[in-house]
Amino acid sequence: MPQHDVLVIGAGLAGQRAALAAAEEGGSIGILSKVHPVRSHSNAAQGGINAALDAEDSWESHAFDTVKGSDYLGDQDAIEIMCREAPDELLTLEHLGVTFHRDETGHLGKRAFGGASAARTYYVADITGQAILHVLYEQLMKHDEVYRYEEWFTTALVQDEDGRMAGAVTRNIRDGSMELFAAKTVILATGGNGQVYTPTTNALICTGDGIAMAYRIGAPLMDMEMVQYHPTTLAGLGLLITEGARGEGAQLYNAEGDRFMEKYAPNKMELASRDVVSRAEQTEINEGRGFEDGTVALDITVVPRKRIHEALREIVNVGRDFAGVDITNEPIHIKPGNHYVMGGVKTDTNGLTSIPGLYAAGECACVSVHGGNRLGANSLLDTLVFGRRAGEHAARAGKSLGMPDPSTAVLRDEEERIAKVVAREGSGRRVAELRAELGSTMDKYCAVFRDEDGLRTALETVRRLKEEAETVALDDKGSIFNQDVLAALELQFMIENAEAIVLSAIERRESRGAQYRTDFPERNDDDWLKHINVAVNGSEPEISYSEVTLTQWEPEERKY
Amino acid sequence: MADYTLKIRRFNPESGDAAYWQDFGIDLPPERSVLDGILQAKDREDASIGIRCSCRAAICGSCGVRINGKSRLACNTRIGEAAAEAAASNGGAVVVEPMGNMPVLKDLIVDMDAVHWKKVQRVVPWLLPEGPPPDREYLVPAEAMIDVTQSMACIHCGVCVSACLSLEVDPDFIGPAALAKAYRFVGDPRDGATEERLADLAEDPHGIYDCTHCFACIEVCPKDVAPMSQIMRLRRRATDDFEIKDRNNGYGHEQAFTTLIEKYGTLHEAQLLPRSFGDGSLLKSQISPHGLKNLIPAAPTAIRGLVSGKVSPRKALTHPKLPDQNQVRRIFKQIESKDERLELNLYIVGEAGEGEPEEQVGKEGVE
Repeated sequence: MPQHDVLVIGAGLAGQRAALAAAEEGGSIGILSKVHPVRSHSNAAQGGINAALDAEDSWESHAFDTVKGSDYLGDQDAIEIMCREAPDELLTLEHLGVTFHRDETGHLGKRAFGGASAARTYYVADITGQAILHVLYEQLMKHDEVYRYEEWFTTALVQDEDGRMAGAVTRNIRDGSMELFAAKTVILATGGNGQVYTPTTNALICTGDGIAMAYRIGAPLMDMEMVQYHPTTLAGLGLLITEGARGEGAQLYNAEGDRFMEKYAPNKMELASRDVVSRAEQTEINEGRGFEDGTVALDITVVPRKRIHEALREIVNVGRDFAGVDITNEPIHIKPGNHYVMGGVKTDTNGLTSIPGLYAAGECACVSVHGGNRLGANSLLDTLVFGRRAGEHAARAGKSLGMPDPSTAVLRDEEERIAKVVAREGSGRRVAELRAELGSTMDKYCAVFRDEDGLRTALETVRRLKEEAETVALDDKGSIFNQDVLAALELQFMIENAEAIVLSAIERRESRGAQYRTDFPERNDDDWLKHINVAVNGSEPEISYSEVTLTQWEPEERKY
Repeated sequence: MADYTLKIRRFNPESGDAAYWQDFGIDLPPERSVLDGILQAKDREDASIGIRCSCRAAICGSCGVRINGKSRLACNTRIGEAAAEAAASNGGAVVVEPMGNMPVLKDLIVDMDAVHWKKVQRVVPWLLPEGPPPDREYLVPAEAMIDVTQSMACIHCGVCVSACLSLEVDPDFIGPAALAKAYRFVGDPRDGATEERLADLAEDPHGIYDCTHCFACIEVCPKDVAPMSQIMRLRRRATDDFEIKDRNNGYGHEQAFTTLIEKYGTLHEAQLLPRSFGDGSLLKSQISPHGLKNLIPAAPTAIRGLVSGKVSPRKALTHPKLPDQNQVRRIFKQIESKDERLELNLYIVGEAGEGEPEEQVGKEGVE
């Protein structure tokens, strides 16, 4: 049985940062990932990372922008921590070797981003996430005390009799063997759940595994109704065009040639927060001022060509390869598309969940710093600051604990459960069909605009799919790289994520941030300035509430 | 009737059977990707087809395969274009097989750890700064950061590793991707081990001089990293900037090559080898112990060339200069008179053939 002081599940930015921070504290660290770490979805974060590093800028300004962006649902104590620690985290990354853009004096250069009152987004061309991910992986290759388990799929979290974390059961994808890992503390860093929606900007691996595994053992999920639709995604495929494009000056037009953001956000225009821009676009499209393919146009040609090649190179490629459009010459058609889940496993500001010894960081966690709407370039910051804090805290907490001896019964149960899925014969629907139905249902009823009837329909469908997922038949009966069984397990994770999202969206009878209820179109601070939590208690999910932490910013009307 | 046919190379190590080909009919518009085609086959017909994939947008680097024999990412290869290529052969079926130069684990999945990642680990792939970090950021030229960003853009998909001809001959060659990774540190002004890194890669018999300059990696790279260009820059830094005289005679070979071209305009092949052992000088190769040590074992090859008639004594002794040899010398003078070496980097100059000519000739100071 492999044993580690800290076991990190997921090796994107949050997971790798947590592992490195834990390693600095000493002890043995294991990091498990269902894909090779550099394949993680953190790669897709193009635009940059926010930090109030400049003397003229202040962490308070960054924090206020974040609070306002969250539509006052973000916890202000957590937001203060994130924004205060941002400059140090940025400099740490720079010292480790991230090739951040420089200005002509050789200092770190920055760009403007949505919802921000100052340009404070630091970047590497438009491959910021990739550059940071690869540099952290360089550090992992350097650290001998971090054991990497690449292409291991975690199926269940394991507790001792007292309910304390004791480890995890995982499947080695390469040979199909199952292994029980013992660990004093476990950090979930499994990323988001965008695959619950079709289309989505998220990679195929973003199936909410960690969120579902924590949910199964009773950890409350918070703010799950807050699902961000990014304003600029390609129709059909859902691929992302970075907000950096608008940061560099790109403009939005409807089919009639109007720069419609003048109506919705006369001050910030295209750089209003994402929920505001997405809602504006969807309104234009719904009211018949979009193009025939259900889109509006993003005009990047106003940005100087040299600057495009230097700073937006990746989206030149995306436009050319995936839309057949030369963005330096003509506008590209875009629409709002699923992008990010603000909610996740409820944690404190050290990443600790309600389960002793279980931590969560990054998109799978909800601290909550993003509240109702995440600002662009705050997600990288969230993964790094709270990944580091979780890693440090978990490693320190483990020092006073003995190595747990988790029961091998859990391993046997999991082996049996998965063997049954593999062996299942029968007439059930295919995994891919169920996944497609789930995705289109969520995109139809639980997207930019929502109402009670649609959400109830979605809930019914999700619950039916939950039953159907128990009967899917598999083609692959083998052990080596059986991706078929992994897809079946991921489908179950996704359905549980979807259920939590829809239940929370039904519960919140107001409009705030990414949740816009056409049947409750106003924000209602009197009744709903609070977090919604969903947890399974016994078998049925139950809703509860928790307070929003306010420190220095009273809720006020939100205008951009 | 399906729009396209994918002919996929299947291999299941558990079955005990040899690899075989299987055809799948695909219904997709031509602008969709080969990956979308493979996923459709998985979704509709056979979910046991093994392929790594995740982002669908050429960012994660998971889905490197060979399509119609060419190494590339399945997600940014359009199925319509692949079918058009295949129209001449295979009855129009798009042939998909695993990448080369790496062991196959299952179907389209190869063992990248055993080859690619081992080589990356070989180049000491982390920053080695000199002394403790500054209080704030390191102050470095903007161009230097943009320059190494071309190497940072590598997504480690392995497509260049698959296409590399040198690796096919010498599996120990460090290879295009790992050497591009090495340049990311050599070109980074924050790194304090530039000379050590260059000496290490120059002295390794499977290092920077093992590349045969065939351009295959540049052609297939989906991210315009141009690995071979990074290897050539490592060489120029090793020779020009640090004058590292390596035991592989990489330095001597470069000196010999340029000396001969400057002198004759075309390559005097009979002198190339001897001059290589003398750092470019014919005389030095015959009197220095290092030159002699290398020259003597090469003698049988020279004799075989003479006996077989591949080299004639007249050709070996005389080599005509180009009629316009002065023009070649002028080019040498022109280039050598510049303070900075001119280097192409897509991140700085944009793509060739575009307007805005004043921005086309970007330059990058190496120092």
